[in-house]
Amino acid sequence: MSDVAERVKKIVVEHLGVDEAKVTEQASFIDDLGADSLDTVELVMAFEEEFGCEIPDDAAEKILTVKDAISFINENAG
Amino acid sequence: MMFDLTGKRALVTGASGAIGAAIAQTLAERGAQVALSGTRREALEAVAARIGAAAHVCPTNLADPQAVEALVPAAQAAMGGLDILVNNAGLTRDNLALRLKDEDWQTVLDVNLTAAFRLSRAALKGMMKARFGRIISITSIVGVTGNPGQANYAASKAGMIGLTKSLAAEVASRGVTVNCIAPGFIESPMTAALPEAQQDKLTQGIPMGRMGTPDDIAAAALYLASPEAAYVTGQTLHVNGGMAMI
Ligand SMILES: NC(=O)c1ccc[n+]([C@@H]2O[C@H](COP(=O)([O-])OP(=O)(O)OC[C@H]3O[C@@H](n4cnc5c(N)ncnc54)[C@H](OP(=O)(O)O)[C@@H]3O)[C@@H](O)[C@H]2O)c1
Repeated sequence: MSDVAERVKKIVVEHLGVDEAKVTEQASFIDDLGADSLDTVELVMAFEEEFGCEIPDDAAEKILTVKDAISFINENAG
Repeated sequence: MMFDLTGKRALVTGASGAIGAAIAQTLAERGAQVALSGTRREALEAVAARIGAAAHVCPTNLADPQAVEALVPAAQAAMGGLDILVNNAGLTRDNLALRLKDEDWQTVLDVNLTAAFRLSRAALKGMMKARFGRIISITSIVGVTGNPGQANYAASKAGMIGLTKSLAAEVASRGVTVNCIAPGFIESPMTAALPEAQQDKLTQGIPMGRMGTPDDIAAAALYLASPEAAYVTGQTLHVNGGMAMI
């Protein structure tokens, strides 16, 4: 598993206070991990900080699952 | 000590004016650092000199969108963060609606309402992360009651109340409270400009029999900014000597 995936999952676990086992790549923040819309905004802020990248609003709206976040960061950061 | 703001960092817009200067001074007396904003640098520096080392001067024209976006980062840089935002700057361009020019409508909405929204949006990020924040907006009694000759001003002040309620609902779970203070008639250059006969008539309509002072508003702001007001959000605190009971 890539380093980016590890770091994304760690942020999700910490921020949403969910069990690590539930944070699969397919997991949807809202449907599977109990996030509300404000949590998703905060997750994006946390990703931006961790990876030193800017996630524009239109891209942020499409980040719905753990995998979406990992893919965006792999393509745009680093 | 109750209402202790030691270590807190506040940005007060309109700090060169009567009410804003009193708010800044009161917050600083309780231990906060304060960033003072307004368009007149010398007036801000005079207020800063009275407050001392806790004050930072951040001149800004809130009618200029770029300057508005730069203000919160400037205040954060000066103080190392931002815990309390007081949207107090405001202006009037009074006229009967039939004679009210688009430009006077727009200026009042831009400075009184749009700038308050943009500053709140900028301030919220850090507040949410810190799980603490206070946004206090100075609206007006006329935002609730309406007033002939002030369609633009009353609309901007009513807009602040709706903005406040919506923001409050969005960020309550993150320890950030968002409230308004609605002054009635307060002694200031704004009210001193009214003819004496009109001032007398206004005072007769106030059960307390006098106009309010800037310190009456500052005390309300201190309360809402304090840790003690943690459970108060989305509210409008009316400070008007009983002039309107809402
Ligand atoms: N006085 C009352 O009876 C009363 C009643 C109800 C509500 N209020 C509200 O209380 C607030 C303070 O009023 P006040 O009585 O203290 O009036 P004030 O003495 O006239 O102060 C107004 C403040 O707003 C600032 N301001 C105006 N236009 C600005 C702009 N384009 N950019 C940046 N700052 C700007 C002024 O800064 P500069 O002078 O440096 O430009 C000044 O510091 C206002 O929002 C007002 O609507 C007052």
